[in-house]
Amino acid sequence: MSYYLLKLYVTGQTPRSRRAIENLRRICDEELRGEYEMHVIDVLDRPQLAEDEKILATPTVVKELPMPMRRIIGDLSDADKVLLGLDLQSCQLRSDTASRKEEGVDLA
Amino acid sequence: MTWHNQRTAVAKLATGVPGFDLIGYGGLPEGRSTLLSGTSGSAKTVFACQFLAEGIRRGQTGVFVTFEESPDAIRKNMEGFNWNIPAWEAEGKWAFVDVSPYPEQETIVSGNYDLNALLVRIENAVRKTGARRMSLDSLGGIFAQLGDSCTVRNELFRIVSALKKMGVTSIITAERTEEYGQVSRYGIEEFVTDNVIILRNGLEQEKRRRTIEILKFRGAPHQKGEYPFTVSPNQGVVVIPLSAIELTQKSTDMRIRSGVPELDRMCGGGFFRDSIVLLSGATGTGKTLVTTSFIAGGVESGERCLLFAFEESRDQLFRNATGWGVDFEKMEEAGNLKVVCEYPETGSLEDHLIAMKAVVDEFKPQRIAIDSLSALERVATVKSFREFAIGLTSYIKDQNVAGLFTATSSNLLGGSSVTETHISTITDTIILLRYVEMHGEMRRGVTVLKMRGSTHEKNIREFTIDGKGMHIGKPFRNISGILSGHFIHRPQDEMDRLREMFKEDADGIAQTLDIPSAGDRGR
Repeated sequence: MSYYLLKLYVTGQTPRSRRAIENLRRICDEELRGEYEMHVIDVLDRPQLAEDEKILATPTVVKELPMPMRRIIGDLSDADKVLLGLDLQSCQLRSDTASRKEEGVDLA
Repeated sequence: MTWHNQRTAVAKLATGVPGFDLIGYGGLPEGRSTLLSGTSGSAKTVFACQFLAEGIRRGQTGVFVTFEESPDAIRKNMEGFNWNIPAWEAEGKWAFVDVSPYPEQETIVSGNYDLNALLVRIENAVRKTGARRMSLDSLGGIFAQLGDSCTVRNELFRIVSALKKMGVTSIITAERTEEYGQVSRYGIEEFVTDNVIILRNGLEQEKRRRTIEILKFRGAPHQKGEYPFTVSPNQGVVVIPLSAIELTQKSTDMRIRSGVPELDRMCGGGFFRDSIVLLSGATGTGKTLVTTSFIAGGVESGERCLLFAFEESRDQLFRNATGWGVDFEKMEEAGNLKVVCEYPETGSLEDHLIAMKAVVDEFKPQRIAIDSLSALERVATVKSFREFAIGLTSYIKDQNVAGLFTATSSNLLGGSSVTETHISTITDTIILLRYVEMHGEMRRGVTVLKMRGSTHEKNIREFTIDGKGMHIGKPFRNISGILSGHFIHRPQDEMDRLREMFKEDADGIAQTLDIPSAGDRGR
């Protein structure tokens, strides 16, 4: 499967930031079997990077690899949407949780 | 200064947008946000950029937050106004916060989010440039990207509050769907309730008319109602602040020569140095001739003269002048004359007004003639024309120069024109040129209808035109109804009988005979 490069932009150590980090880590561990790299970037420390990357909302995950690049905004509490954003699941199968993992891996 | 300025509790920041600071009594409320709402194509982005550009000209840096167009598109679009944004960026005077749509990367929403990243970027840009001014253009773009959700509204409200804390004076633009209706789409005015300005770009009788209206400035006075504005290639938005014009023109007793000695005599010794003369007559009565004489008379007295022609081409004008023994070409070469010929259709009246002001500012004439003002009527609605005429008159009066405007009356005999209706009260002198039918022959008559601050002749005199110009002769004695165009001839013996009856005031009789017709004209 593809190698994943994910950047998670947050603003400060808020409960929402922590929730997003935990959710992303959990989903990645479950779905990507460790085949990923995840960077957490605090916009407060790197405002110019946020400007260059055109980050509007926080938290935002930017999936830089594999292509195509994609963004997921929010605290990532809706796991189905996160999987959709990571190309781990097709839209049609979103509600079918039983086959989700198998399908997601195949597609990736 | 007007009395309004003295009791303003809220400090104002001069925008530098020509005319706007007059209607805003000093500019925008300082340290606050102002919503600038308008339909598509109402010049919101130009105004937003100009606000920063003028700030830079005054040594204040600015931040531009763009939600719709990319910074590259803005840099390019604003080149036409001579705003060199890339250079300002390089000098640290202008910074973009780019929030324009990012279609290369699909965005999916999962769970709750906030717009803290945007706030951090704005704060970063303000800190980096030391900005005092900010434009956010346009807020609708963020709804288009993230959807019209409660979160977006709350976050925007938070950002606007944060702007206040940063102490920047900001303009926030928003779309409206119709010219008269809801202040803005998405109800953005709910977050920025302090100050609201509306830009309109209405269609009236197939003509576009741009207006700006300050709907409210909380706690600060401003002029009310819609003011026309235009987008000029050199200056950007230029507001024409009609009712904010102050009646401060000085007045002088100094007379100048009209160029026709007999006309000077009729006016009690010439026109006043700082007066506006309206010359009205049907086509072919000799308005262009009087204009030419006025210009030639000015140049002869060593004055700088400016002629705006909206009816004839340069060649035609010069040829006509030569026919009356006036050499415009030589005068222009000597630098005492400037002739500007323009088709009225080349622009809106606001554009013409700004272009004319620019020429006046540059040439600094002592005499200005416009032939004819009524040609400009056809490119505008009645309302626009009235505003134009008032704007132009007050501007010329402000310069303390003599002005001669011609107006073409629509009827060959008698009658008046729209031009007269609108500006007769603001002109100081009105001279009428009329056709007079006598025994199957068309003759021409001239009369001074009014002249502020001076006595003037009340007769209607006959005049002729030849290769040397205009020759004013004797008054018409045995005919009345010239002004209304309904001529009544009186036999000579009846005239003589009347003269005998009131021998002590022979001239007065002629007047008495003319007065009813003057009343008919109904100005």
